[in-house]
Amino acid sequence: MADPHELYTFLLRVGDDNLILAQRLGELVSWMPELEEDIAVANVALDHLGQARNVLTYAARMAGPDASEDTLAMERSEREFLNAVLVEQPNGDFGQTMARQLFVDAYQVPFYEALATSSDDTVAGIAAKAVKEARYHLARSSNWVVVLGDGTDESHQRMQAGIDAMWRYTADLFFTDETEEALQQAGILPSFDNIRGTFDDTVSSVLARGLLALPEDPYQRIGGRTGFHTEHLGHLLPDMQALHRANAGASW
Amino acid sequence: MSYDVPREENEVDPEFAGTQNGFPLWEVFVRAQRGLNHVHVGSVHAADAQSATQAARDVYTRRAEGVSLWVVASEHIHASDPDAQGDWFNDSKPYRHPTFYEIPEEIGHM
Repeated sequence: MADPHELYTFLLRVGDDNLILAQRLGELVSWMPELEEDIAVANVALDHLGQARNVLTYAARMAGPDASEDTLAMERSEREFLNAVLVEQPNGDFGQTMARQLFVDAYQVPFYEALATSSDDTVAGIAAKAVKEARYHLARSSNWVVVLGDGTDESHQRMQAGIDAMWRYTADLFFTDETEEALQQAGILPSFDNIRGTFDDTVSSVLARGLLALPEDPYQRIGGRTGFHTEHLGHLLPDMQALHRANAGASW
Repeated sequence: MSYDVPREENEVDPEFAGTQNGFPLWEVFVRAQRGLNHVHVGSVHAADAQSATQAARDVYTRRAEGVSLWVVASEHIHASDPDAQGDWFNDSKPYRHPTFYEIPEEIGHM
């Protein structure tokens, strides 16, 4: 039997990825270049928020009697968030937003597919529901990356700039440590061995169709899974948490 | 929002000049359930057919309205002439409605 704290840590990593990405995508509502995309980005943001709520609600059951999805989302500080640094990156232009989304989606589809085989019924159920949403997200982001990459000179240049800017944060998605190892040894989590390969195949196929390339710079910034974030999360959190911190326990 | 390529206010990308909002218009048809036909529900702007299908999914099926979608480029819709409405449609002929037949008792309700 694995320590409940390990499952709690793992759930924060999954839930925070979705919570922070939902917040970032939510910032775009009313700012997207087309009305259709405005509705689409809200749909995707709400899918990620729903996944975050499911995961954090489950995590809160391991965090004491006073914990809830709200306290986990709204009362933790920067170093306590365990999301990958990719999802906290700013939206930039539409190309950068779509590059970030492609990388997240290409990771989440095989990740959730694996997680749906977890021996923990709650985890497996959450993942089985989430994978359907992730597959649609991937279809949408892949299509946009191809359309923009194989579009006009300007759209190609911006899409490539987005890929170049976001690629260095992708390795953090795949970071695992003794937390996942212990849960895997306890038979709670499945092996994640194939996720990276599937991600690489998906990304290279989409980029090839969009006449795009990965940057040559091999630098990768990791640390989010252990609470070491880029400067951007510290600006996102006060915005996300302000209402709750000013009116703790408010409901409507 | 940051842009790498600065533009003057109201400047139009010459590659998109002449299309409304940059993208062409597509008509959207949704099938509510198996066995029913696709019904026109509205339109979306999109760069190509695949993007239009996704935009239609996001805009018109958010609340489980359908099980299937069609999109058709609006330029491919050929419409009747609005000015000819009277000539084409207002000449109602009652005898074309099947209301002048006696239905035999044994048929019951049709």
